[in-house]
Amino acid sequence: MPSYLFWLFSTIMLIGAVAVIAFRNPVSSALAMVTSFVGLAALFIGLSAFFVGVIQILVYSGAIMVLFLFIIMLLDLKDEKKRSESFAPLVAGLALVGVFFIQLMGVLSNKLPHQVAPTIDKASLAAAAGDFKEGSKINEALASGSLPDVHLIGHTLFTEYNLPLQILGVLLLVSTVGVVVLSKRQTN
Amino acid sequence: MPALNDYLLVSGLLFSIGLAGVVLRRNIIIVFMCLELMLSAANLTLVAFSRFNVADNGLPDYNGQMLVFFVITVAAAEVAVGLAIIVALYRARQTIHTDELVSLKG
Repeated sequence: MPSYLFWLFSTIMLIGAVAVIAFRNPVSSALAMVTSFVGLAALFIGLSAFFVGVIQILVYSGAIMVLFLFIIMLLDLKDEKKRSESFAPLVAGLALVGVFFIQLMGVLSNKLPHQVAPTIDKASLAAAAGDFKEGSKINEALASGSLPDVHLIGHTLFTEYNLPLQILGVLLLVSTVGVVVLSKRQTN
Repeated sequence: MPALNDYLLVSGLLFSIGLAGVVLRRNIIIVFMCLELMLSAANLTLVAFSRFNVADNGLPDYNGQMLVFFVITVAAAEVAVGLAIIVALYRARQTIHTDELVSLKG
């Protein structure tokens, strides 16, 4: 990804994130969050993680934020009133974030080598084709010089990560049951 | 081409913004959204490392992207349960401001 696109999408993402905590109206915050996640998905795609970028849009910007908007509108929240803010939590919060940020800058200030992404071009992709079964889709796509991102993710997911995937299915089932139990009207 | 440091810097900034939101805001739904921002910052770091640290065969390291996949799925489950808890809380107390929820305060 060219540098100017990286900085463009990073700026969109960070401005969206700042807008989430700056807006008083929760609906505006939720929409700012969608902006932030679209910028983040563009960064993922720039890192040639196409599948992750697409599920970032589908799951986060699509499903999760719609759920947030639904709950905000269901509860019919009003704009947050300006309340007499006690001073101590504000200072403590900003100090905590400031310390974290200074630490971050200390770590990142030219101690690390200026590492550029290894190139993924047709030749290196074709060289990797030999690792996969002859005649499989991954093998053919790699040999023709394109990165079959979704196929590779699926291959990894259903071979090396099969057990975690099954556990994840159980987790989703349990959370579905939990949500139904929680949102059932309690009878005394 | 942006370097690995740039990605780490941007993701650290996103994490800091999310942390600031969790500490500063009083609306529990906004606090919850800022938690999602922090998870996304971690995801950006994972994908950047997966791209910059190629495996032996020259392809991106897909173990990092698997972790991102699991984080996104767990985050979706977490949001569903968390919002159900918020709705139950609102039904019981008619408020979602964290400084009005003090019954656990010692």
